[in-house]
Amino acid sequence: MKKNLNGKIALIVAVVAVFVFGILGGAWIPWPGQAPKPFKQAVTDRIHLGLDLRGGAHLILQVVVSEAVNAETDNTVGRIEQDLKAANLSFSQAYKPDPVNKPEVIRLEGTTPEKASDVRSALENKYSNEYEVSGGGGDTSFTLTMKPLVLTSLKKKTVQQAIETIRDRVDTLGVSEPVIQEYGLGDNQILVELPGIDDLDRVKSLIQETARLEIHAVAGGPYKDAQEAMASNGGVIPADEELAHGSGSVGADTGSDSIWLLRRAYVVGGNDFRSADPGTDQNGRRNVQFTLTNEAGDKFYDYTSKNVGQSMAVLMGDRVREVATIQSAIRDRGEITGSFSPDEVEMLSKLLRTGALPASLNYLEDRTVGASLGADSIKAGVTAAVVGVLLVMVFMLIYYKGSGINADLALFLNLVILLGFMGVSGATLTLPGIAGVILTIGMGVDSNVLIFERIREEVRAGKAPSAAVDQGFAHAWVTIVDTHVTTIVSAAILFMFGTGPVKGFAVTLTFGLLANLFTAVYVSRVIFDAHLNKMKPGDLVSI
Amino acid sequence: MELFRNVNVDWLGKKWYFLSFSLIFSVAGIISMGMHWAQIGSPVPLGVDFKGGTQVELQFVQTPDTNRIRQAMDATGIKDARIQAYDAASKNEVLISLPEQQNETSLDAGQKQIVDTLHTNYAGNAFNVRNVSVVGPTVGKQLEKQALLATLYSMAGMLIYLWFRFQLIYGVAAVVACFHDTLITVGFFALLDKEISLTVIAAILTLVGYSMNDTIVVFDRIREDLRMSRREALSDVVNRAINQTLSRTVLTSGLTFLTVLSLYVFGGQVLRNFSFALVVGILIGTYSSIAVAAPMLVAWQEWRARKGNAAVLPAAKRARV
Repeated sequence: MKKNLNGKIALIVAVVAVFVFGILGGAWIPWPGQAPKPFKQAVTDRIHLGLDLRGGAHLILQVVVSEAVNAETDNTVGRIEQDLKAANLSFSQAYKPDPVNKPEVIRLEGTTPEKASDVRSALENKYSNEYEVSGGGGDTSFTLTMKPLVLTSLKKKTVQQAIETIRDRVDTLGVSEPVIQEYGLGDNQILVELPGIDDLDRVKSLIQETARLEIHAVAGGPYKDAQEAMASNGGVIPADEELAHGSGSVGADTGSDSIWLLRRAYVVGGNDFRSADPGTDQNGRRNVQFTLTNEAGDKFYDYTSKNVGQSMAVLMGDRVREVATIQSAIRDRGEITGSFSPDEVEMLSKLLRTGALPASLNYLEDRTVGASLGADSIKAGVTAAVVGVLLVMVFMLIYYKGSGINADLALFLNLVILLGFMGVSGATLTLPGIAGVILTIGMGVDSNVLIFERIREEVRAGKAPSAAVDQGFAHAWVTIVDTHVTTIVSAAILFMFGTGPVKGFAVTLTFGLLANLFTAVYVSRVIFDAHLNKMKPGDLVSI
Repeated sequence: MELFRNVNVDWLGKKWYFLSFSLIFSVAGIISMGMHWAQIGSPVPLGVDFKGGTQVELQFVQTPDTNRIRQAMDATGIKDARIQAYDAASKNEVLISLPEQQNETSLDAGQKQIVDTLHTNYAGNAFNVRNVSVVGPTVGKQLEKQALLATLYSMAGMLIYLWFRFQLIYGVAAVVACFHDTLITVGFFALLDKEISLTVIAAILTLVGYSMNDTIVVFDRIREDLRMSRREALSDVVNRAINQTLSRTVLTSGLTFLTVLSLYVFGGQVLRNFSFALVVGILIGTYSSIAVAAPMLVAWQEWRARKGNAAVLPAAKRARV
């Protein structure tokens, strides 16, 4: 009995056509008025190559989130002091007992026992959304601990903000297809992949150099060194203040070694800037002219109007860039003047515009692959793949004769679908990914071997060709499903745990095997059936 | 062409040979891992991915003189650098590694220092930086943990799948076989002092899948044969199943081996350890499905029989297809 295979053949042709289009795109088809792209270029345009093949830089950064937490709690300390002063509630100090290990804890000490409940309600009124308030009662001190949920979301927000900022900065470099995303394996880590960059220094200085830019109130200084600073403050630096080194400020006439005592809580933070542009002041010195956001502007006005005649410092990274005296209330416009080079002014404006990083960054890992190594890897990978495919194909022809052609055709279609999938999905092909393709060839041919061996057994048992083919496929199918599922399970786990190149391996292996189900079972079966249709009674299957 | 026809080998009768073969390799691997542990604090030499540190791969225009590079390094005070020729000699490549930096902020200094030093002190021979890897201690530790977890999860995932498709004992036997393969493959890395990198872990996970494949093909056949001949002794059924699938086992392994060998020979230096793991693993994985997994099934049944429980291996669940 002959089977009608037209529908099945049409399906196979359609699937193959889709994936061939996936590999080559439309550009290789010679349209009128448009020269077709060469085959090789059409392929390389469609298939995304990983960093290890095209060359580029791969960075893993860690956001020092404790800095953002510290900035937030420092701010709260400042607000608590103001609030309590405004409410005429006395206290000896508000500070953070352990900013390094527990940046989320604030301590308030020396309130008067009879006012304890007033202090408590003042604190709870304003801060109970973000903080757990404990203490008070008979005691004169309170502890505010940031709530775990608030803390987690602050950390998350900090990482997200850092990602946005890095993306903005990387965009100014004109890198094509950069990857900037949270790196799942660790806490507060960011993965940055920059194809085509093999000189990291420029990128790193842009990403990292000014981790933060803030304006702080000056509490004292300049001092010659840390000892002098300590001495003039009675040997102790108050907990809500910090020392910072200057760096050749012009505004206040100090050298780069001078030390300033600053209030910890900033007046203007890194993300309060709305715009910033390079310019010059009336004396012709280069400066950066900035505008603050509305909210920050109000806060700044409030501060400057109350503190005319006081000094404030521009803190860049951990160094004081400029110290200026407040002449009059300022709302949202200002300028930062320092001994800047033209490049610095340009860079600083760029950094202010893209927003400061909410916290500084540590490099945990960086890898660069030179373009020459990438090119060599492609060559080696492709050679290994071609040799592997040819060896397998020749062997199948010798061992299974006519059916070997069937297997080889299935294998070839398997590769076409796999590559087409890579083109369509935009998945990245890495060097281990090429290894995955090669393994797919080896493991994919397994399905054919399973089926053919089974058909041989059935033929030996005396079955007619069509029954033997039928039984062979039916029996082998069970095994094929089991073997594919287990391999795909291990590939899926690799995908979840692996990074860049290894992920690429998991992707090609998985889709290679899925395509294999189609080619080695469905396509192979159709070819067999077509062959059976043409056979005369008494003919044998060539296997 | 047919290589195996009507094979009739008593595989289970050779189980003591198999056991001693597996034991020799496992124990040799474990001893070697122990020695590494005593020396470097980890059972196998770890690549920069896990160990952390700085690794710079340079390609020189002329044949590089490692002694002069060493002198150039010494002159700038980089004392702990390891300098080795890399890949084929004709490629003029040198790999310079620095041990892990404890301090994450100084991570980057090493690489720049190496390049600068060579520019000043070994100026006669121009070079091209091919590859730089700088890995801090945090990332290395994370990866180490993740790699271990990934291997364990993948075995657990398969155990569950086989439990569901066959019976628990089939799953256990297959996972033991996989573990055996992983142990011996890692043992080979320890014995030959090869470094384990992230891609090698990927290779090992692939092996887990591959070895599982081989085992399943045999198990599927055991299940099928058991259904047809319930009176026969289990060991006879298992022997027959192995013999029936032998042709396929040898063929598939041979073909996969061919492709992996091609990867090992032509795939370049970057993938050398990766393909080495596959070359070893495919041989061991094929061996283990015949020599470890199947005998375990039979041993378990005999043990149950001695305990007076049901003598027959619980009939495997029917395939749900």
